Amino acid sequence: MENLSHILSADMLFMTLRLAIPIGLAAIGGTICERSGIVNLGLEGMMLMGAFGGVLGSHITGNPWLGIVFAVFIAGAMGLIHAVLCIHYRTSQTVSGVGINILAGGLTVVLTRAVWQVDGRSGAVERIPTVTIPGLSDIPALGALFTGQSPYVYLTVAIAVAAWFVFYKTKVGLRLRAIGDHPQAAAAAGVNVKRYRYAAVITSGMLCGLAGAYLSIVHSNMFINDMVAGRGFMALAANIFGGWNPIGSILASIVFAFAQAMRITLALDIPDQFIQMFPYILTLLVLIAAGRKARGPEALGRMED
Amino acid sequence: MPSIEMRGITKRFSNVVANDEVTFCVSQGEIHSLLGENGAGKSTLMKVLFGLYKQDEGEIIIDGRRVDIRSPRDAYHLGIGMVHQHFMLVNNMSVLENIILGNEQGNVVIDKQKNREIVQRLSALYNFEVDLDAKISSLSVGMKQRVEILKTLYRGAEMIIFDEPTAVLTPLESSQLLAMLTDMKKQGKTIVFITHKLGETMAVSDKVTVLRGGKLVGTLDTASTTPEELARLMVGREITFDIDKKTKQTGEVVLSVQGVKLMPNSQSTCSFDIRAGEVFGVAGVDGNGQQELEEVVMGLTGCKTGRILLNGKEISSMSVAARRKLKIGYIPSDRFKQAILPRYNLTDNYLLGNQFSDDFVKRGIVSHKFLKKRAGEQMKGFDVRFADDGQSMNSLSGGNQQKFVLSREVGKNPALIVACQPVRGLDINAIQFVRNTLLELRERNKAILLISAELSDLFQLSDRIGVLYKGDLMAVRPAEQYTNESISLLMAGREAGDADETDR
Repeated sequence: MENLSHILSADMLFMTLRLAIPIGLAAIGGTICERSGIVNLGLEGMMLMGAFGGVLGSHITGNPWLGIVFAVFIAGAMGLIHAVLCIHYRTSQTVSGVGINILAGGLTVVLTRAVWQVDGRSGAVERIPTVTIPGLSDIPALGALFTGQSPYVYLTVAIAVAAWFVFYKTKVGLRLRAIGDHPQAAAAAGVNVKRYRYAAVITSGMLCGLAGAYLSIVHSNMFINDMVAGRGFMALAANIFGGWNPIGSILASIVFAFAQAMRITLALDIPDQFIQMFPYILTLLVLIAAGRKARGPEALGRMED
Repeated sequence: MPSIEMRGITKRFSNVVANDEVTFCVSQGEIHSLLGENGAGKSTLMKVLFGLYKQDEGEIIIDGRRVDIRSPRDAYHLGIGMVHQHFMLVNNMSVLENIILGNEQGNVVIDKQKNREIVQRLSALYNFEVDLDAKISSLSVGMKQRVEILKTLYRGAEMIIFDEPTAVLTPLESSQLLAMLTDMKKQGKTIVFITHKLGETMAVSDKVTVLRGGKLVGTLDTASTTPEELARLMVGREITFDIDKKTKQTGEVVLSVQGVKLMPNSQSTCSFDIRAGEVFGVAGVDGNGQQELEEVVMGLTGCKTGRILLNGKEISSMSVAARRKLKIGYIPSDRFKQAILPRYNLTDNYLLGNQFSDDFVKRGIVSHKFLKKRAGEQMKGFDVRFADDGQSMNSLSGGNQQKFVLSREVGKNPALIVACQPVRGLDINAIQFVRNTLLELRERNKAILLISAELSDLFQLSDRIGVLYKGDLMAVRPAEQYTNESISLLMAGREAGDADETDR
């Protein structure tokens, strides 16, 4: 019973929100990328590079905000690699995505060692401070949402809404969605398919960078090897569960984040390993259930003209 | 004064010359039919005009000015639009979204209202009656084509190229389309339509340009030519539409279909026998059980009611593989889904259905040497035009693909051939080839089940014809006992006698 009331507490709510941020940002990145017809299995690696980039930027400049800029830039570059491989060289998108993950896993270990001369983790760096919004924080009940929160909370909401707006209200969005479904039709209508795809894949990388930096310089203050721990794949799953829609991606991320929060707070009389597995098993089950009728972009992963 | 002139256009693809110094002129406000067989270079020529291909030689002159068309976008700027044979529509989007894609009104945000008004005005002008909010995936083929036409009109096309527009349409939709073309001409649009059908060329066009083997044969006034002349120009020799079918004795019953239920919601069943040396034709409007008959005979779907016998042996519950081993040749109605692997090479495609044969596969290992040799011989024997047996199936024209399927299926030396819509989408030469092959098989005492939507084929090839209506095989009579009228009535579910009764 104690556990149950715990699940519904405000603490649990905030923990869920905090855990949903990195998954949600990367999931929106995945949505943007896959709507252009390019499969992105490299979300995990791009996040990892972002997490490293954030710490590196904060370490070098002493300014965690510049750390975020570093993260976005480095992960964006990973996006560019994926884009060049998939769009220009028509590499298998699966191979390229997995390659990015392997590259990121190795590169971050080597670079961490090169910069900090230790294995496994970086030194501590400056992290992004929390903010309290004057005025809004005084609202009863809801005030807590605006007190001592990371600016990332608002940033994520803003990005999700903006992405939705771009997708469904603007020319760019209509064209991007058309490209994912029927690139030849978009091309015949005079849309520059390649340019849109490059932009989408790079944007996807940048959002992963943002997500990765959250893990390393907001949630924590250092880089730890493999600190993304499967969140990139959860993000991909959230994108599918969310129906390749930015808002859906965020909502799905909250579901996965809730499972993670349960893992952290739940004290049940079962072996800890099972509780640790919980979010991953939930992801798998959701994918099996949602994946059956999931209808993604029709031309997803197909590059023939 | 011609509004569009293409002079001396040459277009090569690696070693093939698709267009060889072709000159093509279209005047403002006319319907111009571009006639030729598959592979004659019609589509290539029009893709050059639409900016999808760049010509190697030659020039394009529009309203007296030499132009360089590098992309469809350029073409639209010059007022040229194209309705593709394979629709360029996004299934998940609405009609309106598809029409405006790439040319949306509004700066960054799409001005839905303004777009809608423009499209509605166009749609009303031509009586298109399209629901702008419907999803493309919910539309019929004819409706999708209207959306494609609206797309070109929305982009301000003054001249519209139609690539084989009736190939995918039902007869009713085809006649509606032809009426639409005439309407568009009245509104001052110029129409070019690519076709190999003589009937529609004669029906709506003002001028005809005939291409053969990538070369220009000539441009004629439709009013001063005849279908026979056009056919001769198109094929390059006299062709007879008549076919030489000898009367012959039939042999033992090969296929016997007894009380098989085709449609789950209908009580009707279907029964017939086919003897060796006999062509049994099945007529009917599409969707009356033809597909089901094809599948149940081949074993693709189970036979729940009734029995099917091949040479006296019950095959009703046999798998496809077991039936294939009993030597059934199969020409499926859906060539792309069931007869070929488009991306595989010709040799590999030849193995399909032959994997049970000990000649081709020894102890589970494919004998590639034999396969290659056999495939090559058979393809040559059936006049399949190919450069290299390693080329992919989708690099062949439709006619050649069908010849390939024939070569493979006949090569199995089957006792029974199940030929479903065997001439669908083929050009005249290929149609003649398919017909002659089927008759030759009849001469060789094979039993042939011919399911076809083309009445002329059924009449010319079949010994007996049955008419399918809602899963019911209504009448089985010798082919010569039918007239066009009597068979049409049966296809609509009525006996000839019924009509007389209602008249009284």
